[in-house]
Amino acid sequence: MNGLLIKNARIVNPGGDYNGLGDILVRGGVIDKIAPSIPANGEKEIDASGLTALPGLIDMHCHLREPGFEYKETIATGTRAAARGGFTTVACMPNTDPPADTPAVIAYILKKAAEEGAVRVLPVGCVTRGQKGSELADMGALMEAGAVALSDDGFPVADGHMMHMALRYARSFDILLISHCEDPALVNSGVMNEGYWSTLLGLRPITRAAEEVMVAREALLAQALDTRVHIAHVSTEGACALIRDAKARGVRITAETCPHYFSATDAFVDGFNTNAKVNPPLRTETDVAAVKAALKDGTLDCIVTDHAPHHLDQKAVEFDVAANGISGFETAFSLAYTNLVKSGVLTLHELVTRMSVHPAAVLGIDGGVLMEGGRADIALVDENASYTIDAKSFVSKGKNTPFDGAKVTGRIVHTVAGGRLAVESGSVVV
Amino acid sequence: MALKRKDLLGLRDVSAEEITEILDAAKTLRSILEQNSKKTPHLQGKSIITLFYENSTRTRMSFELASKYMSAASANISASASSVAKGETLIDTGRTLDRMGTDLIVIRHPMSGAPHLLAQNVRASVINAGDGMNEHPTQALLDMFTMREHKGGLEGLNVAIVGDAAHSRVARSNIWGLKTMGAKVRVCGPSTLIPDEMEKLGVMVSSSVEEAVDGADVVMGLRLQLERQKSGLLPSIYEYASFFGIDESVLKLAKKDALIMHPGPVNRGVEITSAVADEERSVINEQVTSGVAVRMALLYLLTRRNNERTAD
Repeated sequence: MNGLLIKNARIVNPGGDYNGLGDILVRGGVIDKIAPSIPANGEKEIDASGLTALPGLIDMHCHLREPGFEYKETIATGTRAAARGGFTTVACMPNTDPPADTPAVIAYILKKAAEEGAVRVLPVGCVTRGQKGSELADMGALMEAGAVALSDDGFPVADGHMMHMALRYARSFDILLISHCEDPALVNSGVMNEGYWSTLLGLRPITRAAEEVMVAREALLAQALDTRVHIAHVSTEGACALIRDAKARGVRITAETCPHYFSATDAFVDGFNTNAKVNPPLRTETDVAAVKAALKDGTLDCIVTDHAPHHLDQKAVEFDVAANGISGFETAFSLAYTNLVKSGVLTLHELVTRMSVHPAAVLGIDGGVLMEGGRADIALVDENASYTIDAKSFVSKGKNTPFDGAKVTGRIVHTVAGGRLAVESGSVVV
Repeated sequence: MALKRKDLLGLRDVSAEEITEILDAAKTLRSILEQNSKKTPHLQGKSIITLFYENSTRTRMSFELASKYMSAASANISASASSVAKGETLIDTGRTLDRMGTDLIVIRHPMSGAPHLLAQNVRASVINAGDGMNEHPTQALLDMFTMREHKGGLEGLNVAIVGDAAHSRVARSNIWGLKTMGAKVRVCGPSTLIPDEMEKLGVMVSSSVEEAVDGADVVMGLRLQLERQKSGLLPSIYEYASFFGIDESVLKLAKKDALIMHPGPVNRGVEITSAVADEERSVINEQVTSGVAVRMALLYLLTRRNNERTAD
């Protein structure tokens, strides 16, 4: 059997020319043809009647945990979870052990991904050696080894001078720097968002300013250097305003947020729920509304998962010492569809732009579009399917989600990644 | 007989009926403390463990004596908070105690929510003896017991809580309990020691001690950890005492028969002057006695649940 023929899909393709009902013929890893009707010729057929075909989702911020934390996730399990969530390309952050601060680690990740991955993996390298914030990593060599961008994600580059130099050096290679914005002095050992719920629960608070002062710093540095910077996991109203303002001034700044910042609030922490512990922390209704508005008006370019799988042992502990992070691959699209599209914030077109077209553009990679001769990365979704999220059913090793039991709409049914059918009828088949 | 709960983790979700039942039982049991022979069989055949991850003198002694006066088998475990990160998990420790036939675990822990984690994972009843900055329900119950003894009831009382509310589990438990019982609570301290949006808990917040104490029926000082000064929350202890300390001139603004309270241990001359702490309206020492009575009541009421379960 040669090739794959997707029949009768409703194609939503904001980055490409073909939209509307049609068939998609996949051959040899690329899209051979998109047309209203393509006769079958021995290919495996997928009846996509009632389904919507999207360019495969691109997650420019996730954690695959390999090397070093294979008990939390591996490239094999993580990319399968990603495929189940409709993602066909993922950029994995460098806070592994060892961290991805040398070409050897980048090469290792790429090799493992080629051997065991279910979707395309693009490693993000470190900005500073060991993510320690005191010496620049070999940025050029990391890019040459195959890194797609550089970030110390998981940690901020706390020292302003170091970030200034990193951006300045990156400019000479046109490297994308992704900044995890968190001023450690302002975090001051806090564990949740400062507000009513931190007061009620007696958990040490984190002021929103911890995120915002560093967003402001990055915007000013990028402006002064006339270089680009990308802000990771934006979570506050104030950060959205700072980015909006910077864009209006012509600063070359792009930004992302995650489904949990528009689908949940700090009220989720009630009961000392460690599955709602994440960094930056879940914020308030006001912030949720601001994040939605910023997604609508383009202030926030991308939706990413920040998929951060953890072992139960790191969550079945006191809140103060529990690990930060949410296992996000397998809920991202449904949460976004439910809380953005169903609720009328974004059209599906706009959502696909934030989850596929823009991430491809920010990373400067191919993908994010369904076109003849282009990558055969396709997600097929049932927009009418409502279901209850069941963490136990996750393909990811990380079952850590505050959305277990949540009722959502919009389900990934099939995923074609690099021409290969990776998910069929909701099940991973590779 | 309203108290059917397994655990007492905080006063946030405890009803007025339950609080009244606990306080009534404490009143009955307090008479034991005045007896020549302080021994009753209420807890005979019950095992009680105090599991303290933080230093404590009065709370721990209070629980220990309460269980001994009532004939329980009791044991103490002092665990260092550093073992939380390295050694056995709290859940495993709890399960181990469970399997030794423990009926009730009294836990103190530096991290908010630790008793909740324990309670979810053990069959034994759990009493929170203070968790991080979250709650210290037995302290608030003994405070309410003391207030009720002197004022006849709690409804409509004006209670001024002065000091480090941000880090105080005593403040939070008193707010929940007093609000439930119909009292009015005012909280006072410098902004660095008042947590964000505290007024949404249903209390009046003021940074003027005079305003907070004005017309109060009860004036409660909170213990100030003196190291707060080092972390930038206070310019100096002297400055704190001069603006937020409870002295005789501040107290003149309270009602004439206002009670003076403090959970102890007192930093004399900081939260409260010696003259105020030792004057006749001060019930600081009586609070300690109330503490034993309230803890006897809780140990009895919560382990009684096990009798009913066995009888099923």
